[in-house]
Amino acid sequence: MVVSVSEMMDDAPEVSVSGFNLSVSSIKVTEAIKKENSLVFVVGAQEFPSKKQHFVDRKFEDFEWLQQCLLMPDGIPGLQGIIFPPLPAKPCAFQSNTQEKMIKQLGLLGLDDDWKTYCMALEMYLQLVVSHTTLGKNQVLRSFFTQTQGPGGQAGRKGILNRLSQALEEIKKENHQDVDEFFRNERASNSSLVRLTKATTERLIAVVRTQQNIALACGHFSTTLHLGVGPDEDPAAKTFSKLSLKLSEIIIIVKKNFECVAENNLNILGLGLDLVSRYEESEKEMLFRRTCKLVELEQNSKNLEKAKPAKKANMEEIKKASEKEFRHISDIARLEIQKLHRVRVEVFQQCLTSWCEKQLHAARETSSILSQHLRAFKQLDSTE
Amino acid sequence: PGASMAASSQRGLAPSAGAADHGQHPGAPGDDSDEGEDIFTYAVSSTLVLLRVHSHFFTVLNFFIFSDSTVEVSLDSPRNNRRNFTSLPPASAVATSKNGREALEWEEDEDKFELNIGVTNPEKVGLSLTVAVFAQTTLPIFKNRMFTVKRRFSDFLGLYQKLSLKHSQNGYIVPPPPEKSILGMTKVKVGKEDQSSAEFVERRRAALERYLQRLVSYPYILQDPDLQEFLEKDELPRAVSTQALSGPGFKKMINRATDAVNKITVKKDKSHAWFEEKLLEMDNEDQQLKRLHAAVDSLVMHRKELSANTGVFAKSLALLGSLEDSTALSRALVQLAEVEDRMEQLQQEQATRDFYTFAELLADYIRLLAAVRGCFDQRVKAWQRWQDSQNILQKKRENEARLLWSSKPDKLQQAKDEIAEWEARVNHYGKDFERISATVRKEVLRFEREKARDYKAHIIKYLESLLQSQQQVVKYWEAFLPEAKSIA
Repeated sequence: MVVSVSEMMDDAPEVSVSGFNLSVSSIKVTEAIKKENSLVFVVGAQEFPSKKQHFVDRKFEDFEWLQQCLLMPDGIPGLQGIIFPPLPAKPCAFQSNTQEKMIKQLGLLGLDDDWKTYCMALEMYLQLVVSHTTLGKNQVLRSFFTQTQGPGGQAGRKGILNRLSQALEEIKKENHQDVDEFFRNERASNSSLVRLTKATTERLIAVVRTQQNIALACGHFSTTLHLGVGPDEDPAAKTFSKLSLKLSEIIIIVKKNFECVAENNLNILGLGLDLVSRYEESEKEMLFRRTCKLVELEQNSKNLEKAKPAKKANMEEIKKASEKEFRHISDIARLEIQKLHRVRVEVFQQCLTSWCEKQLHAARETSSILSQHLRAFKQLDSTE
Repeated sequence: PGASMAASSQRGLAPSAGAADHGQHPGAPGDDSDEGEDIFTYAVSSTLVLLRVHSHFFTVLNFFIFSDSTVEVSLDSPRNNRRNFTSLPPASAVATSKNGREALEWEEDEDKFELNIGVTNPEKVGLSLTVAVFAQTTLPIFKNRMFTVKRRFSDFLGLYQKLSLKHSQNGYIVPPPPEKSILGMTKVKVGKEDQSSAEFVERRRAALERYLQRLVSYPYILQDPDLQEFLEKDELPRAVSTQALSGPGFKKMINRATDAVNKITVKKDKSHAWFEEKLLEMDNEDQQLKRLHAAVDSLVMHRKELSANTGVFAKSLALLGSLEDSTALSRALVQLAEVEDRMEQLQQEQATRDFYTFAELLADYIRLLAAVRGCFDQRVKAWQRWQDSQNILQKKRENEARLLWSSKPDKLQQAKDEIAEWEARVNHYGKDFERISATVRKEVLRFEREKARDYKAHIIKYLESLLQSQQQVVKYWEAFLPEAKSIA
């Protein structure tokens, strides 16, 4: 795993959930199996300290269920201030899967035919959830990781995460002026970052796709070169055939290089960018929730002022409650935002370092293979 | 003496056998006679008198000798120190050759030959493209050591016409010039100053340069005064009727050649079989070249796409970096953007240079192959002439026989005269056919060797530049790594 979540979080790597502790680094989503018409993911985790292993099959619906459950508990003050670890988009149905569709649905994660990248994203999601101070304590995690039967498929209540509609009202709320400068700035910068990171990710997708296409074209070129090679009698034709085969070998090297570079781009840089991008969207959601609360608060205040004496006490209660809630949310949000900023930097650091190392390695390897071929070719040249 | 040699070889007649053997140097003054006897003449004649080579190398001062020239020698020549000779293809071909000679061909060291040609300064003059052709040479056939002339595109076409007229009928390959491109030229004419028209102009220039360089590597062309005039003369009269020299014209040649060869059904001996096989091989080769060309073209296109996409991605990264609060991260992102950009430029340059020129090389060979198949066509024509003359001779003989039984003694004498005349003609055309067959065969082999050589040189160059750019990429990543690690 390229981006090590447990290194990033300063929370304890093993989280205590009243008797059920999981070792964050042991959480794995190893593969995606196509069963009937859907994808099943194999999720593994190890308990701490008992070292008991769990392996369960989970469908995407189960992940969705988990996400919604995390939002449910009302007992936790300021839950809405949490920036929830982002879940990847739902994988689309199989039959008509073209790369275009996959990319449209899943973004960068759709570039990998083998679902390897997608699994890695799911894995990171689980690790992030489990290592979160608050979320990691949720009881549902136990059933998610241990129950054989997938919990999903239950009629999930639409959690607070989901936008119900793109009503004009919502947009107005989104732009609602903030009372706090910290949040004002954060909302502005988040808004630009969301756009920009998304754009960057999309452009990376274009780059990776083209690299994949070049690898394919190299393969095609190499095959075509082989076509021209047949049993030859006269020396010039023989030489020509030999040369064609040599060139074909070189083209295969080029092809492998492109494949490797594209894979690194996808699974390291891409995954990191994708995570950061989705996290920023998640932050956006959180900020929106807070803004909604702010609007509600201001509304309640107005109502209080306008209230008739009989209702005043009631209104006062309501206003006080929403004020308290708003404060909680803001407090939590502040912490979460600061954490997110740190996480962003760390994700980039790990991801860029690892990516650079891998690309460097690939370049060195290719260099050395090419150099061998050149030497051999020149020797061949002089003996002819 | 030099000039007359050139002229005589063009006419395809032998210099007298005597000249060949008497140590005559047809070359220029300044001959290096210390080198020992360099005697040979390039002889193509009906008597097929060949030469004996004594020396242990050819000096380039003898102006018949050029790099990659092919020379025929008799079997009894001393074989010491010859380089790179290749043997004939089917041995059966030798048996049927009337003189029982075996052609051994070999090539010169390239560095003994000094004629460097370049095509530069493409510019629009009036409605056409003009280029400057410069040459630098030590060959004595030229008046100066270095000279430059201005030529129009139509001049190149005109040159081809003249050369083709003279040499094709003898079975020689005459390399075809770059194709006319209506689309490309229109853009240039209209004065469109964009990327694609600039590319077109550069491609044209490069194609013309390759064309000339190939021309001068063919010995019978280098000797040709039309070529020399093309290179040296200040002003050339405008070439006319060059419309026919377009792509489709060559394609027609191919079809004719294939059909025509099938007509030679009578002489089904082994030497003819060689030609049939070769023609078939060339059909396959033509298809293969076209397939390769398409594959390379598609690679070039993808490469261009990658370049554009990476550029856009790099810009995004730079923007992201500028928004970032953390200074280390910001710096890293901005630097990454730069690295991506520079790496991409590097790889794009390399890929363009090589794949693109590879595509051009393939295109050249597709056209050249068509010219080679044109040679086959010429051979068939020669055969036809020979057949026709034989038929006429037959008729004349029948006529004579009839006259013998009639009472027209004066007509008889005339008939006898005509028979004699046609016998000579049959003989002549027969020898012509042999000669042209031999030339075509030689030309084909030379072409194949040339192709293998070009191909090999190109592959090595490609490999070298791939390696170089990959090593550069390593450097870029090595430079970026500490920057990435220091993000905190």
